[in-house]
This record gives sequence, C-alpha cells and structure tokens, in this order.
Amino acid sequence: MPRRIGTPLRPRDFGLADVGILVASLFSSFLLVWVVFYQLTLLSGGFGFLVCWYGSFLTLYWTVTSQIIDRRVATDRVFSTLVITGASLVVGIVAFIVGWVTWKGATHVRANFFTKDMSHFSPADPHVLNKIGVAHAIVGTVEQVGIAAAIAIPVAVVTAVFLNEVGGRGTRLVRTVVTAMSGLPSIVAGVFIYSILVETSLSHYAGFLASLALFILILPSVTRTTEEVLRIVPGGLREASLALGASEFRTVWSVVLPTARSGMITASLLGIAIAVGETAPLFFTAFGNNNMNPNPLHGAQQALPLVLLDFVRTPQGALVNLAYATAFILLSLVLILFVLARVLGRPRTKKAVWRARLRSLTQRSKTSEIDLPKNVLMMSATSIQKESP
Amino acid sequence: MILFLIGLFLLIQGFPAFHVAGWSFFTSSGFQTVGKTKHFGVEASLYGTVVVAVIALAVGTPVALLTALFLSEYAPKGLRPYLIACVDLAAAIPSVIYGLWAIFELQPNVVGISGWLARHVAWIPIFKVTTPKVNASLFIAGLVVGIMIVPIVASISREVFSLTPPGEKEGALALGATKAAMIRRVVLPFGRGGMISAVMLGMGRALGETIAVVIILSETFQISPHILQSGGSTVAQLIAIHFGTGGPLGTHALLLAGLVLFAVTLAINLAASAIVSRSRSGAGVDL
Amino acid sequence: MTSDDSLSLTRGAAGLVATDVCAWFGGRLVLENVSLGMPRSTVTALIGPSGCGKSTFLRILNRMHELVPGAQLAGSVELDGTDIYAGRLRATDTRRHIGMVFQKPNPFPAMSIYDNVLAGLKFSRIPVADRDALVEMSLSKAGLWNEAKNRLRELGGALSGGQQQRLCIARALAVGPRVLLMDEPCSALDPTSTARIEQTIAEIADDVTVVIVTHNMQQAQRVSDTCAFFLAAENEPGRIIEAGPTDVIFSNPNDARTMDYVHGRFG
Repeated sequence: MPRRIGTPLRPRDFGLADVGILVASLFSSFLLVWVVFYQLTLLSGGFGFLVCWYGSFLTLYWTVTSQIIDRRVATDRVFSTLVITGASLVVGIVAFIVGWVTWKGATHVRANFFTKDMSHFSPADPHVLNKIGVAHAIVGTVEQVGIAAAIAIPVAVVTAVFLNEVGGRGTRLVRTVVTAMSGLPSIVAGVFIYSILVETSLSHYAGFLASLALFILILPSVTRTTEEVLRIVPGGLREASLALGASEFRTVWSVVLPTARSGMITASLLGIAIAVGETAPLFFTAFGNNNMNPNPLHGAQQALPLVLLDFVRTPQGALVNLAYATAFILLSLVLILFVLARVLGRPRTKKAVWRARLRSLTQRSKTSEIDLPKNVLMMSATSIQKESP
Repeated sequence: MILFLIGLFLLIQGFPAFHVAGWSFFTSSGFQTVGKTKHFGVEASLYGTVVVAVIALAVGTPVALLTALFLSEYAPKGLRPYLIACVDLAAAIPSVIYGLWAIFELQPNVVGISGWLARHVAWIPIFKVTTPKVNASLFIAGLVVGIMIVPIVASISREVFSLTPPGEKEGALALGATKAAMIRRVVLPFGRGGMISAVMLGMGRALGETIAVVIILSETFQISPHILQSGGSTVAQLIAIHFGTGGPLGTHALLLAGLVLFAVTLAINLAASAIVSRSRSGAGVDL
Repeated sequence: MTSDDSLSLTRGAAGLVATDVCAWFGGRLVLENVSLGMPRSTVTALIGPSGCGKSTFLRILNRMHELVPGAQLAGSVELDGTDIYAGRLRATDTRRHIGMVFQKPNPFPAMSIYDNVLAGLKFSRIPVADRDALVEMSLSKAGLWNEAKNRLRELGGALSGGQQQRLCIARALAVGPRVLLMDEPCSALDPTSTARIEQTIAEIADDVTVVIVTHNMQQAQRVSDTCAFFLAAENEPGRIIEAGPTDVIFSNPNDARTMDYVHGRFG
C-alpha cells in the first residue's frame, strides 16, 4: 500500500533572519567605513578601504549575532567567514597572477621570440623587438631541466623503492637526509655546485652544472611523492606475487612499479614543473648568456626564468613587452606541465588491466627466472579495480 | 651523504673569508671586498633575512591555516579537488613570476597602506620611516614571501587536518558543539604537530627565498626597525646580487654566507621533521 | 533563525515521536515512512539485520544525519511536542537534549578523564556550579566511578575499551540530556563491560529516555521495554515492519518476518 513520501530537504540553521543579519552587517559596516574615510578623515586608497571594511564587518557581525542569537553561534559564523576569506584570498591571488601574466604577456608574443636570441640587442634600435627573442633561453631551460630530470627521476625511484620496499637499517638515515635536503635554499644549491666544480676549475659555467643543481633541488620532492605513491599500492599484490615464487626484485619491477605508474608520472612532471621555474641555482652554474648556446656541456647558457629576471631588473623601455611575453611563455610552460601531471596521473583502471595483460604476454618471450603467471596479474588488476577510489 | 659534502665544501671555501674578517663577519655589514679597506659582513643581511621571514610567517601562516581548514572541513565535495589543485599550482608558480607580479601590482597598492601607517601610526617604532620612500621595503618583501609560503604550509596542514579521526569529530558534534568549536577543540589539537612542522618548513623557505627579494628589495645595509621604509638586505639576496663581483675574497665571503644560510635552514628542517614524527598527527604525513 | 530553546534542561526524560521519517543519501532512498513513538522514561530497542537503516534513523533523531554531504530527509521528529526540524531549534541545541553514544568509543584522547566528562559542557557553554560533583555523578551513573576516581587526571585514551565506552556514556550524561541514543554501544566490547553498560541503561532509564540500536537479540530482550524491527528488502529502502512491547515482539509477533528474525533464522 504505497504511501506518499515527503519531499526531501536538508535542514539548515541559516534561515532568512540570518541572511538578514549578514547583509545588514555588511551594509552598515560599509557605510560606517565610508563615512569615516571620506567625510571625517582624509584617508584614501581602495585597498585600505577594503581592509577597514572587512575588519569592521567582522566586528559588527559578531556583536550583532551574539546579541540576537548566541555567542557560540556568533563565533562559529565569524570563524566560517574567516575561513572562507582565507581560501578565497589564495585562490584569488593565484587566479589574479595567472590572469595578469596572461593578459600582459600573451598579446606581446611574437614568432621571433621563439627563434631569436639576445645577441642582436641594441636599445636604440626601433625595430629591436623583431631581432631579439628568447630562443636561447628556451633551449637552455629545456636542456638543463631535461638533463636534471633524466638523472633525478631514476635516482628518486630507486630511493623511494629502497625506502618503501626494502627498508632496513638505512631507512631512517636516508629519510632524514631526504627531508633535510628538501629545505635547501635554492641559491645554496647553486653555490655548492659552483664551489666544487667551478671554483676548483674543474669546469666553467655550463648548462650541465645547472642540471646538477636542479637535480639536488628536485630530488627530495620527487622521491617523497613517489614514495607516497608506492605506499598506496596494496600489500596484497606483493604478497600474491611473492607467494608464487617471484623474487623481490621481480615483484617490484613487474607488479608494484606498473601499478604505481600514473602516480610516478605525476610526481616526475611536478618535479619538472618546479625545476623549470627555479632561478637562483642558475646564477652560478649556467650563468646566463645573450647568445644561443645549445651545448649544455660547455659554456654559459641562458634559461627562461633567468632571462626574465634580467629583464625585470634592468628595465629598458623596449624590453618591457618582451619581459611580459617571456613571463607568459614561462608560466604557460609550467601550467602545461602541471596540468599534464594531473591529467596523466589519474589512475585509469581499464588501462591498468590491459597493460597488465600485455605485460604477462610479453614476459613469456623473455628469458627470466620466473614468469609471473597470468592469473597473478589478473588478480592484481582486479584488486586495483576494486581498490581505486 | 650529499649534505655532508655540501656542508664540508662550503666550510672549506668559506674559511679564507672567515679568516680575514674574523667574528666581525657576523657583526658588521656591508659588502666591499675589493679595494683598500676590506669590509664585509652579514649582520645587516641576517637581520633582514629574519625580518622578512617573520613578516612572511605572520602574514602567510594564518591565511594558510584558514585555507587548509576550508579545504578539509568546509569545502563542498565536488569543488575540493579543484581547489586543492589550485593551491598546489600556487606552489609551482616560479618565484620570478611572483616577483614580477609583486613589483608591478602588489607594490603600488601596498605603498598606500605603508604610507598611511607611516603617517598615522608612527609612534609605534616599526612603523616610522626616516626616508620618504616606502617602496622596496622589507615589509613588502615580507608580504610577497608570505604569499609564496602559503601553498606549502596550507597543503601540509590540510593533509594533517584530514587525518583527524572522524569518531572524535562526531563525538564533539554529538555533544552539541558548533563547527568552529569542534575545529578548535578536536581538529587543531590533533593537528598541532603537523601545523608546527608545516610552519617551520614555510619558515625555511622564507629564509632562503632569493628571487622575489632580489626583485623587490633595494639593497641597503642598515639595521633598523623601520620595516616600512625603503631598503634592506637579506642573505640570499646578498649572495645573488654580489656574485661574480668582489674578487676571490668576495667569493669566499659569499660562500661563507651561503654556509650560514644553509646551516640555519638545515637546523629548522631537522627540527620540523623531529616534531612531526613525535606528534599524533605526524605518523601518516610525509614531509 | 533565533534560538528558541524553551526545552529547559531540568525537566527530565522526554518522549520522542518520529512521524513519516524518510532519508536519502545522495538521491537514494534508504528509509521510507518510518514512524515510531519512544515514550518518556522507557528503553526502546531498534533491531534488524545490518544495513536496513537503523543507525541512519538513530542519527536523524539527533540531527547528525544532515552532517553527511548529500544527505536529505523528510518527516518530523518531536521532542515532547516540539519538532526538532521545524526550524525553531538549532541543531547544536538539539544535540544537547538528545545525546549519543557511538559504536566505537571515542573519548578525547588528549584530555584527561575529568576533562572528558566535562567536555560537553564546555561546548554548550553550560555553567557548572560544582564540577567535581558533576563528574562524580556522571561517572557513577556510567559505572566508572570506582575505577576512575583515583585516576581522574589520566588521559582518556589510556583506558580499556569497555572503560572508554563508559566514559563516553558519562560524558554524554553530564550534559543532562533528556534522551540518550546508543548506536550498538556494546558491539566492540567484552561481556563484562557489556553487562555493566546494560546495568547502566537500566539505572538511567527513569531520568533519560533511551533508544538503543542493537544486533544482539538477547540484549534487546534484556534491556528494552519496546522493540522496533527494521527490515530492508533487496534494493528497497528500510522500513519498520513491526513495533511493540518487547515480550510481544519476541514471543508472539504479528509478522512472519519478525518471527523469523527473532528466532535467528536470518540476519
């Protein structure tokens, strides 16, 4: 006997009267500050006005709410407001910066920025913007970061595997070292590379040195993130594989690492994104150059953040637009890497199943101690499916 | 291993400078290493570094903690991953770009506030200015660095807050607590260790921040409490600006400065790591 | 909405009446038209197999259900005639009058036993004339006073499971609720603690109406005056099949499904 079901609702403690209090507080504090600002004193500045308005609004809101309703509720409301403000500030600033750089820089990008370098720069030349560019910086960044990543990622993976899978005596020491390394000021890394390699005349400025400095800087964070990702791999997988007689190495290589693959990609890309933006370590290593130097092993090189810093610090009328454009190029690069990291990092279960199956097939053709039978990987694949959120 | 090497090398390289300057390295300021009177020291720079870091922490920590609380306690389920990504993005934005933005957008706006404070609240010593310029000040540099450390502090804090046992949170709410009260008495005490370590990491970053300071701060070597006025110096900035000039002795001096900076940040990081592993919230969080 | 908390704390046990309560989780109906009367100073047991909405219903009784994102509800719950969902009573005040003890004991581990008991009062900002007396009274009612009286400053997390749960009961009682909801409070405990808690329920029933969810049918028979049998068929929302005096439900129920359940034939 079907009876009528009531309409679903979510009870809220924030009724019409509460909205009224909120709006009234906003409005009255606005008026109050406006009067104080413009009529009574000669304060000025939109920014200051906002700050004062916000402060008086919070005070007023709390007082009114605690009178009409309850002190606890007043504190709760004000706290919620503060929390929301904090988060909005952060998001707002990020959006502002990205938007601002894009707005200022995107319109000034020219094709020759990607192909020319700064060797033909002369401030008096009216057509100078056609003759210069940041190609040398782009090449420099790509090479320096590329080499750094090529060294750092394998080392990070090995370290993460050591910390997570092998463990043992060295774990605490290694972990402490990694943690301590993660706080290294970027400039000190550059100074360090400089002092051991350049000062001692083992080498001159070169892009390669920058890669070493960058490697020091991103190793800890990639290691940390990779370790987290490895930790998430369910223990049952390892057990299943070991129970079938596979060695520990084989387990890690064929089961754990592929499962963690997407997370590791994220970790690596994030590390690369950070490396791209690092400036300070490049001072004493790559040093900077107005000319194109595609050889990372010899001779000073330029890099995007470095050249941007130059532009900012030595403002020349003609260069302003180039500076904004360069900033835009740099930011876009970081953004692309960042988005890629997040997109590629999403665990895709179906693909994991297919990859696992493919792997089991290809293993048959390799000569190895143990062929992990298909059903282990099938088992691992289905448990990935169950366990992924 | 590498760390010890780093320390060792810097020590070796820095020693000649130390030898010349003696302990006054730490007590004098300025940087002239070529010429008749060899005179250099990091005193003013150390002071500036600390001031910038303090301002950065004062500004950045509350915002970061509020943001972390929002993300873990208040954010709507669907919006949360995007907001978390946003905060992570903020951590990835290169410091040059923060500096660029700051000098063109932030500074003009803040100068108004600085000026107002200087004019009207001058009886508090830190707000007084003796020069008419209030841009390129330690205050503004501190603000920018503060903005830059928010993502770091926020994301660690958020992880910690989300580890709070839900049973305890429910228990508090079932007793009639408001959300704010529950946060204050359950989430925050639980997350205390994680918060402290997050702040210390932020501090380490603030001490070592180079580029933003180079862009904003105009270099002067003086120790004064007048943070609103133009001028100041931090150790990282010192190294960055004067590198390559100053001859071999200068280089040694800078290396020594680098050693000092490194030692301080290392100490802070190790302390942070120790605190977090000892606290309730630390067990699951990886620094 | 202004706070109209006219239910003062000094009036003792109150009756709850739920009428046509429905519950949704993210659009999925999990409880359908549940109506139940829980008279004052009685003990009502909610029984039934897992997953048929007993805990959800319990949480609707003290406005904890709405804390889950995506949760919705309909119907009314009246505490001595006042609908707690009508909008005049804030959720936080409701929870002061209707307390809850959870399945997994959750004392605040960083607070001492003493502070744990008083925690609810701090949240609700209820002024207390004599704290020590209140702590003693609450712990005595919960059956923990003798074991704890010399350890009041020790941390709440240092107690055994059974002791922790009794601490939670003491904490809930200290606020002076008119109804106490208990969500399978003994399921994680040993038999001795279970027996002690059942004794507590019997002792407090005069001052506090008790509603208890339990899987243990013998427990339901021992402690409750009234029973409500919940059931959810496959892909169906939970409903009350039958409710009535305990001895009737267990010896001579109207519905065949009730008979099957209480005789252990399923669930």
